[in-house]
Amino acid sequence: MTIGVVVFPGSNCDRDVRWATEGCLGLPTKFLWHETRDLSGLDAVVLPGGFSYGDYLRCGAIARFAPVLESLVDFVDKGGKVLGICNGFQVLTELGLLPGALTRNRDLHFICKNVTLEVVSKRTVWLGKCGVGDELILPIAHGEGCYQCSQDTLSRLEEEDSIAFRYIDNPNGSISNIAGITNKKGNVLGLMPHPERACDSLIGGIDGRKILQTLIN
Amino acid sequence: MPNYQASVLVNLRPSVLDPAGEATRSAANRLGVDGIKQLRIGKVVSLQLDAPDELEARRKVELLADRLLANPVIEDWTLDLKCLS
Repeated sequence: MTIGVVVFPGSNCDRDVRWATEGCLGLPTKFLWHETRDLSGLDAVVLPGGFSYGDYLRCGAIARFAPVLESLVDFVDKGGKVLGICNGFQVLTELGLLPGALTRNRDLHFICKNVTLEVVSKRTVWLGKCGVGDELILPIAHGEGCYQCSQDTLSRLEEEDSIAFRYIDNPNGSISNIAGITNKKGNVLGLMPHPERACDSLIGGIDGRKILQTLIN
Repeated sequence: MPNYQASVLVNLRPSVLDPAGEATRSAANRLGVDGIKQLRIGKVVSLQLDAPDELEARRKVELLADRLLANPVIEDWTLDLKCLS
């Protein structure tokens, strides 16, 4: 029962994730260098926040071609759980494991603050420790977190009950206030807020635990 | 083998919000240049490549544009291709 945290050149939340999963929650965790293809023995993989490959071209566009992500597609097909946080969410959309795209924040600023999220769906394992309508307070820290997709994709997300979280007070212009989504199968979750930064009451909140605890059933 | 010069112009799709373009448009108004109805910011990727003929050069760059240079969810692209030698 182990969690893998991918480390790209330019990731900067990889250690925070490990500190949260292993240090705060006691879940065995190891780092996965972006050049590895070996995901054996892992229950879940986390794509952390940061600026993978400098976010050159587009956020997540170069990371999509990392060897580890070729293996990740198989891992997801076989039902493995994947959590993409912030830059990790951007990578998942570039990779096509989640629909839509993350673009420049509506007001152009990099936003770093706590936001309140509404839990929208209980369909997937990720939100098993929450109830629909529950509110979670998690920090965001991004310049390109404005979720955009076509109307058809939005309708599909709603029909499939794949919208996981919405912002109560939309900070970045995301369509339909979307802060996080899952794939249809339910084993992939991408979100812009940082659950790993809300796992210790000493630094302001523990709502992130509810999400990270579900990495291992 | 002939050498080609390609320019791929990547733009946000018309339906996608372009806050940087909007901010630049408002700066243009402050500069005193009026009448600007729309300002959108894209990017140009210039590359040179070898290919046996123009068809093959075009095929390569189109693949690149579709799969790497542009994200079809939010961006469109156009290609300008010239033979250099």
